[in-house]
Amino acid sequence: MGDLGAAGKQAFALLFSGDPELWGIIGVSFRVSLLAVAIIAPIALIAAFALAYVRFPGRRPVVSTVHSLQAIPAVCVGLAVYLLLTRNGPLGDWRLLFTQSAMVIGQMVLGFPLLLALGHSALQAADRRAWETARTLGASPWRAMWTVMREVRFGLLAAVIAAFARVIAEVGASLMLGGNIDHVTRNIPTAIALETSRGEYAQGIALGLVLFVLALSLNFTLNLLHGKGEMR
Amino acid sequence: MNSLFARLASYVLLMLCASLYAQPSNGAQQQSIRLATTTSTENSGLLRVLLPAFERDTGYKVHVIAVGTGKALRMGQDGDVDVVMVHARADENKFVAAGYGVNRRDLMYNDFIIVGPKNDPAEVRSLNDTAKALAKVAERRAVFISRGDDSGTHKKELELWTAARVKPSGVWYRAIGQGMEQALQMAGEVQGYTLADRGTWLALRRKLDLAIVSEGDERLFNPYGIIAVNPARYSDVNYRGAMALIDWLTGARGQQTIASFKVDDEALFVPTAVQTQREKP
Repeated sequence: MGDLGAAGKQAFALLFSGDPELWGIIGVSFRVSLLAVAIIAPIALIAAFALAYVRFPGRRPVVSTVHSLQAIPAVCVGLAVYLLLTRNGPLGDWRLLFTQSAMVIGQMVLGFPLLLALGHSALQAADRRAWETARTLGASPWRAMWTVMREVRFGLLAAVIAAFARVIAEVGASLMLGGNIDHVTRNIPTAIALETSRGEYAQGIALGLVLFVLALSLNFTLNLLHGKGEMR
Repeated sequence: MNSLFARLASYVLLMLCASLYAQPSNGAQQQSIRLATTTSTENSGLLRVLLPAFERDTGYKVHVIAVGTGKALRMGQDGDVDVVMVHARADENKFVAAGYGVNRRDLMYNDFIIVGPKNDPAEVRSLNDTAKALAKVAERRAVFISRGDDSGTHKKELELWTAARVKPSGVWYRAIGQGMEQALQMAGEVQGYTLADRGTWLALRRKLDLAIVSEGDERLFNPYGIIAVNPARYSDVNYRGAMALIDWLTGARGQQTIASFKVDDEALFVPTAVQTQREKP
């Protein structure tokens, strides 16, 4: 494979010449994953708060289920949502299969348990007295929740970033639900899979680099945040 | 005790070296052949009939890697496989001309069809000319699913668009970069048109809410070729195995098997390497 080096060079050329095709794919990835995380973040974090602070019967099984669901494989989410959205499926009339909305739904389902579990861990680590103090000072439950969340904001932000990192790098559900349609639902992971299967390595390497740098910087930020959380 | 262990260890090492040394020199006994082929032959089930018969006759074992034509040729070019079986005549000729492959032989042909929604919203069913049918699809902006993956089917589709004098683009034209099944499945889901090889269509049609809207045009003719990877470029390819497979497939046994292969009582492939007597058993 003497031309691997050449493909690498070509990859950099594509990246820095602002190749519209390439940056369009990157745009799809960000739009879908940011939207998915933005939709689930408030819901998941409030639910995480409820799990950590509200006593209700069956809380323990729910907590352990949520934590196990973090490991849910992307292709299984893809399959489940596909069966819901297919023409003859329960939600088939929405005609969402092979659109960006379908990808958003898939990534929401995928990211939700992760965000819920990580948010729950972060909120549990908070000092319970913050909640009790706020309540005795006459704060409403919502107000008190806000106080606690501010206490562990770095941990919660870390949870959101971890969820984003998971959904943007995921290929199985995006491919099944989006269908990898050029200029519409082709995102970074599905494009890499396609370019490799076509033997077009340069484009694949360029996109791989973007995803790689993104994952590294997200994880770097995560580490920084964890550091901050501990030093508080 | 210690010396016994040392002797044993050195014996094992010696045998290991011997076996490593013996293997490559024993070329005739390289029993496995790596075949890169298109998803259309794999999915139709043809290979599941052909290859076991070949393996019984010759003792070789064939490892099939089913990918698009572009990737299959690329794997041959990189020496990752021993033999390629594809359907894109122009590219096959280029592959041989560039010295990547040798001994290209015609093997068989099947045909492509255009499938679409049963109610045929673009009204192409009455047109015998495939190019006109595609032009109509484009004119009506009916959804068309394109493989978009450099496969032989995709290349054929691009040829047909050229013949139709249409440069397909817009939201109605969806290039998905995936295999034939996915394209058919997507066409069924969104009720669009697509170009398919007949084999994959026959295998999947029961699960699809689609029908054939255009067939029989000679532009839809789909010839398959088989090419051995050039042993002069890669000394470690199994050239003997590749030639054994080519000889068998283009010989009477292989061609007969191809001719008698049926899906849903329809013959899928027409052998072209030798004249076969279809009546003979």
